[in-house]
Amino acid sequence: MTSLGFSLSQARLAFSGQWLFDGLTVDFAPGSWTGLLGRSGSGKSSLLRMIAGLPIPDTHDVTLTTSDERPLSGRLAWMAQQDQLLPWRKVIDNVLLGPALRDRPSAAQYQRALDLLGDVGLSDKTQQWPKTLSGGERQRVALARTLFEDAPVILMDEPFSAVDAITRLELHELAARLLAGRTVLLVTHDPLEALRLSDRILILSGQPASLSDVDVPDGHPPRALDAPDVQRMQSHLVRRLHTPHGPIDGSGA
Amino acid sequence: MSMLKRFWPALLGIITLLGLWQILVVVSGVPDYILPAPLTVAQAFAAHQPLLWHHAGITVIEIVAGLLIGFISGLGTALALARFHGLRRTLLPILLISQAVPLFALAPILMLWLGYGMTAKIVMATLIIYFPVASTCYDGLRQTPQGWLDLAQTLGADRRRRLLRIQLPAALPALASGMRMAASAAPIGAVIGEWVGSSQGLGYLMLNANARMQVDLMFAALLILVTFGVALYFTTDALMRRLMPWHDDRISTR
Repeated sequence: MTSLGFSLSQARLAFSGQWLFDGLTVDFAPGSWTGLLGRSGSGKSSLLRMIAGLPIPDTHDVTLTTSDERPLSGRLAWMAQQDQLLPWRKVIDNVLLGPALRDRPSAAQYQRALDLLGDVGLSDKTQQWPKTLSGGERQRVALARTLFEDAPVILMDEPFSAVDAITRLELHELAARLLAGRTVLLVTHDPLEALRLSDRILILSGQPASLSDVDVPDGHPPRALDAPDVQRMQSHLVRRLHTPHGPIDGSGA
Repeated sequence: MSMLKRFWPALLGIITLLGLWQILVVVSGVPDYILPAPLTVAQAFAAHQPLLWHHAGITVIEIVAGLLIGFISGLGTALALARFHGLRRTLLPILLISQAVPLFALAPILMLWLGYGMTAKIVMATLIIYFPVASTCYDGLRQTPQGWLDLAQTLGADRRRRLLRIQLPAALPALASGMRMAASAAPIGAVIGEWVGSSQGLGYLMLNANARMQVDLMFAALLILVTFGVALYFTTDALMRRLMPWHDDRISTR
């Protein structure tokens, strides 16, 4: 699988007659992880849905281009906030959902799903119902399902927000390891998550919102939790999110 | 043992009720042709066994056939409505209007068209089930959580597979309640049909017994209907549970 970069231009989204953002343009480098931070209601999740081509009730528009100039659709995988495991499919069959929805899974695909479940540490749970799994295990199945698609672009919408803090840290390491080399756009409201995992961090803020780059700690993801850079930048990021343009922005919105 | 433990409160309730009924009849001296005592009904039941079973067989066939045809066509309608958007504008209003037709009023017309045999009763039972099943199933198919639909879309599912592999299983709990409802409505359709005009079936037998003041026989027929209704409900319930081994009825906090 070769890395695939993509760009969006003229992205805009209206919410009840007002532009939440208009004319957003950004490039995502092939094989890089981008963390997209923003407060609730900033439109970051909608932006992600636009890229994925998923339905949005509000007026919106975006132009997508890719580094190989072929369409992005069909070459992206989606990880949502909830694991979205289907309760009537056993763990292995949830990993095989993609092939089951397009055709019929082959024996080779079955074997590959087993291998991927091994990679996420769930070899012994392949024949269980999702309801018997813990939240962290369920999210690992979702990760295996995402990996199965072998898509060059991965879109994640707060994928680790539904699990407890410790499980989240474990999932970060697992995701960073297994999804290395893919172009990942990670929408999150957790500054620490963005700092640990991203090659680049963008903040969506303002009225109408714009994207701004933020410094990223040195070293490769997944960065250690206790790295001084990570800790220092976390408080900086929290401040940034709290007051988007600093005290000089006196719009009073 | 555990079965006995689970059911003894219900059993005790029924036995108490029957006991009170027996006492009421004996003490008040109500004649048998107004209200027969439980023991009288039991005697009538024992005395008329071949007659009762013959008519019960007819009614059971009508109910089961109506249930199957009604459920399959209701489910088929719901699937077609969910699959083909164009169909909705044409079919949904017709469905809604047809729900307003009082089915009991249709019974004499059905007799006129289809005669006094089983067909009219099967159609009656089918009709009484069809609309509720179609609307419950259709509602269930429409209420698939958005997250699953998003996932299906990004996984490149076609509409048919999305319907059959995501929307349909997601609607199974709704289908199950539609099916349970149908199971309790089907006997009504069959019996109404038999009341309006027939020469066989428990409904016919009851009407006939009523005219001859054989109230004990009427109650015996009623007993069979009730027992069959309960059995049908539990069979349906057990079937639905087998169909959804992943589903648990406990209230979930998720």
